[in-house]
Amino acid sequence: MQTLLQNLLNGIAAGSIYALIALGYTMVYGILKLINFAHGDVFMLGSFVGYYAGGYFARNSPSGQMAFGYAALVMLLAMLVCGLFGYLNERIAYRPLRNAPRIASLITAIGVSFFLEYGGQFVFGPDPKFFPTLVEKHLLNFSGVVTTNYQLIVLGVAIIFMALLQYIVYGTKFGRAMRAVSFNFETASLMGIPTDRVISITFVIGSMLAAVAGILYGLAYPKIDPLMGIMPGLKAFVAAVLGGIGNVPGAVVGGLVIGIIEAFVGGSSFSNYRDAIAFVILIVILLFRPSGLFGKYQAEKV
Amino acid sequence: MRCMKNKSLIISIAIASLALFGCPPKGGEQTGTTATTGGGEILVGEYGSLTGPQATFGQSTHNGIMMAVDEVNAAGGVNGRKIKVLTEDDQSKQEEAANAVTKLISQQNVVAVLGEVASSASMAAGPICQANKTPMITPSSTNEKVTKIGDYIFRMCFIDNYQGPVMAQFALQDLKSKRGAILTDVKNDYSTGLTAVIEETYQKAGIPIVAKQSYSNGDSDFRAQLTSVKAAKPDVIFIPGYYTDVGQIVSQARDLGIDVPFVGGDGWESPKLLEIGGKALNGCFYANHYFYGDPVPKVHEFVEKYKGRYGQTPDALAALGYDAAHVLADALKRAKSPKGADLRDAIAATQGLTGVTGLITLGADRNPINKKIVIEEVKNGQLTLRKTIDPSASAPAAAPAATGTH
Repeated sequence: MQTLLQNLLNGIAAGSIYALIALGYTMVYGILKLINFAHGDVFMLGSFVGYYAGGYFARNSPSGQMAFGYAALVMLLAMLVCGLFGYLNERIAYRPLRNAPRIASLITAIGVSFFLEYGGQFVFGPDPKFFPTLVEKHLLNFSGVVTTNYQLIVLGVAIIFMALLQYIVYGTKFGRAMRAVSFNFETASLMGIPTDRVISITFVIGSMLAAVAGILYGLAYPKIDPLMGIMPGLKAFVAAVLGGIGNVPGAVVGGLVIGIIEAFVGGSSFSNYRDAIAFVILIVILLFRPSGLFGKYQAEKV
Repeated sequence: MRCMKNKSLIISIAIASLALFGCPPKGGEQTGTTATTGGGEILVGEYGSLTGPQATFGQSTHNGIMMAVDEVNAAGGVNGRKIKVLTEDDQSKQEEAANAVTKLISQQNVVAVLGEVASSASMAAGPICQANKTPMITPSSTNEKVTKIGDYIFRMCFIDNYQGPVMAQFALQDLKSKRGAILTDVKNDYSTGLTAVIEETYQKAGIPIVAKQSYSNGDSDFRAQLTSVKAAKPDVIFIPGYYTDVGQIVSQARDLGIDVPFVGGDGWESPKLLEIGGKALNGCFYANHYFYGDPVPKVHEFVEKYKGRYGQTPDALAALGYDAAHVLADALKRAKSPKGADLRDAIAATQGLTGVTGLITLGADRNPINKKIVIEEVKNGQLTLRKTIDPSASAPAAAPAATGTH
């Protein structure tokens, strides 16, 4: 029972990071029907901004310790840089291809992904770096089920940002515009919705969420390198598909499901097949629900 | 994962056969001209993980090699000729290791190759050296299969069949282990090889391994595996893996309330180990080729010189790289001609050379005989020497664990 709860907790903590990344995939897909393969690498970029900013503050803070305010500042900086990158990425790489066949944008996305991965190796260096301790670590023991304040911070921050996104999409005028563009791009534009601006802001929001995920990841697993975005990016993409791509709550549920499946398979005696078994379970789910758990769209060819 | 492994195997076989059928005439010809000119530099190749996940392995080895070669050249070189080292980075990837060695042999015409640290990379590059009759000395690949590739492949370090039992015996006798557990890096030949011998030693002693879990190099979350290891209540946990993962595994284990000692092999050796693992590593042990604080004069002299030159404490990889380069230089001096079969025979005849990592004598299987092994312990975030096992110093004591000095 204890082991069961422990695995569940580990799975939820890992899953909430996947969920944050998955949100970026799903938002962009919902609006542009584009799978932004560079998204996992934006997550990496966020981690590295955190690494440099956190290291800078740690060196220059009077006590040598990181205060809570610094941690928030680091996250804000990472969100700004990634948001700016998301904007430029859409403006330079995707907008000129808006009316080209969809496969062209897809290939461009893969190109941007390589650009970030190898550019990252060039700029940051290819060897692994160790993420600064933004918050002091504490152990928490709930009658045998052990956790750290890191896992709780990851979970808490992830929930805050997901709730914020839910509010933006369903509670604001801008969110209504987003949903309109996602529903029908041309009609929305005829109704006077500034579609280009909506798309830009969607990219910015998605990239900011990836930055948050990058910082949380660095906090929980302090070893980062320029290729770190590949696996989490892939898993988050699968999470988005599992939840029903284009569907915001679906991405969250998909991320958590993947995290929990991984934790349970990893804790079983089949741990060397962890990724394989996790993906097989996903394939089985998709066989029965091809458009994902919450999917409302018909499956589209990519 | 399996499929990836197979793919890289196929690639390396393809490259090996390319080297076998495509390159030797050109390579052979040019090596010939280099050799007949006599007075020029002797070109020696080095391939290693200068970047990538195991970057500190390659960089330390490189530093050790360069220091040794500069010493040899300053002392007059090899029969009047200077040694020049050509270095290729394999980015810690097996397939790049195969490319690097192919380039060194077929384009740069080196007479011998030094490398790699990772057994997987040496396994990829070894067949190419063998096919081109170019001797290769791996400073620190411990998987026994490496030197079985062929008669041109040598090594400087002890092998896993020797290291593994020492680690297991240490846990059984010194830590009084009654319940062992192992965490294996399934993508890594080194790790799976060590796991097998540790299990065997436990089995022979009649002590159970209560939990076996695996991970892949580069994973970041090990909590799931550790949770089930914890449930099995082991008193010692082996991690026969690399320092890059060890730090994170141990620190996550401590978070989960696992407070038993972890025991590892020479893959833990890196200045970054303590940086990643920090306090969590206190009370953990690992087997190693040498200890930088060893009072032996040869070690002391090496450490001081290295510190003066590079500004850091040399790890075991640096020491083995240094020894490998000296063994090669020594063989080049003795060889009838400094290449091919003559050089191979000269390396094979290496006997009683005093290295930083102990007395080096190569056996019939091209592995060093009776190599020294040390067990290091992390105490208060510092490495300390727990035990030295040196079969060559006390000749009759064959059982490794019997000759311990505290």
